[in-house]
Amino acid sequence: MGFIKVIMEIQKTALYNYHKSLGAKFVPFAGYQMPVQYTSGIIEEHKLTRSNAGLFDVSHMGQLFIENKTDLIEELEKIIPIDLKNIKINQSKYSFLTNKNGGIYDDLIVTKVENGFTVILNAACKENDHKIIKEALGKKFKIILYKDLSLIALQGPKSAEILEGEIDGVSSLKFMNGNNFLYNENKIYITRSGYTGEDGFEISLPNKIVESFAKILVSKGAQLIGLGARDTLRLEAGLCLYGHDIDETTTPIEANLKWAISKRRREEGGFLGYSKIKSNINGGLSRLRVGIKPSGKIIAREGSKIFSQGENEIGFVTSGTYGPSVNGSIAMGYVKYDFTKYGTKILLEVRGKKHEAIVAELPFYKKNYVR
Amino acid sequence: MSGVKFSKEHEWIKLEGDIATIGITQHATEMLGDIVFVELPENGTTVEKNGNAGVVESTKAASDIYTPVSGEIVECNHSIVDDPSKINSDPENQAWFFKLKIKDKSEMNSLMDKETYDKFTKEKAS
Repeated sequence: MGFIKVIMEIQKTALYNYHKSLGAKFVPFAGYQMPVQYTSGIIEEHKLTRSNAGLFDVSHMGQLFIENKTDLIEELEKIIPIDLKNIKINQSKYSFLTNKNGGIYDDLIVTKVENGFTVILNAACKENDHKIIKEALGKKFKIILYKDLSLIALQGPKSAEILEGEIDGVSSLKFMNGNNFLYNENKIYITRSGYTGEDGFEISLPNKIVESFAKILVSKGAQLIGLGARDTLRLEAGLCLYGHDIDETTTPIEANLKWAISKRRREEGGFLGYSKIKSNINGGLSRLRVGIKPSGKIIAREGSKIFSQGENEIGFVTSGTYGPSVNGSIAMGYVKYDFTKYGTKILLEVRGKKHEAIVAELPFYKKNYVR
Repeated sequence: MSGVKFSKEHEWIKLEGDIATIGITQHATEMLGDIVFVELPENGTTVEKNGNAGVVESTKAASDIYTPVSGEIVECNHSIVDDPSKINSDPENQAWFFKLKIKDKSEMNSLMDKETYDKFTKEKAS
């Protein structure tokens, strides 16, 4: 027998055939064949999410369960910098897996459930995250990366009305809170959350019912939205995309995500990379993620260099696109700390030419969360 | 569009006298998706066959525009700069990109007619 060959076959979500029937254009994303847009196009899909209700298939993301017993919280706090002792049942928190240098292995959502925690992970990182968590926690705790669950997000101002029509009680959930619900005798878990800057829900449900459930939401007025619009929506909302705006080399403080590290943890530490993060908090911060608004229509994509007005290089763009709801070019990136004040004039280099821009407040688009 | 020729880079070109009008094809816009930004060459610029003559950006990415023939830019369509969505709605008529004074008409010979171009795009898609 020779060596074991690992074949990375492209995966499909349980909604693949449904996407195809709706005329989706697919792109390979983190090993999955995912819909980037449907027939109406990214701009229409984006606007529809802001005005009505968009339905996103995010089943490529990891859904990890960790059983809570004995000293789990102490162990988990060593790798996730939030206050897990004071998180309430059914409460969700945005956080990270940090590395020893204070960088970010992944950003994630932790929800405390009855017998443990569920963690939603980025598709491209989920296998590595699973490994990191297993290694950190040892064999004491049951850890499952679900393969039989799908995840869909219903986002936009009509989401609550549409979902309440099928599932009693969901509209009373508060932002970043969830609960168990029954749907045709299937247990599903719904949180009021999302990544578009709109009110909405993320629904975790068995693969075998996801297509019929999605079709019901569509029959009630939701429309399927691809990853293209998901990207423009999250950028308008000032939210980070892992692997672009944050990665293993950026600390949460540099990424302007200090709020996501619980106060007690910021003061006490006790998690990977704390010494770097603590020094960042105490003024040792050389750069910061900021919003960027180009003066004209020019789009500064990821990697575009940023210069001061004196033409010194001061940073780089990490995300940039056209924002359909703000009707203009928007970007995010890292600049040296002296250039982070709102309104600071900067220059963006695109195709060899420098274009004027200003450091802008995030989000570009005002959020509509139900608190 | 009789007399219109097409390039493998999905530009169309219509020659009237010495003046060639150039734009991108319907097929190109379908591949690009929603167009949100256009950069056109300046009048008086000399461009070489298959050389860079502008940029279009969709919500997804930037793509270069190549000129299918050599010549000197004499006019640009600024209405598509102001409203790039026109390129999606009417790429092969109103949303032309630029006009140039053609240097060598024989360069037209290597381009495709409509029938050949349609076949070319179908073959590429399959």
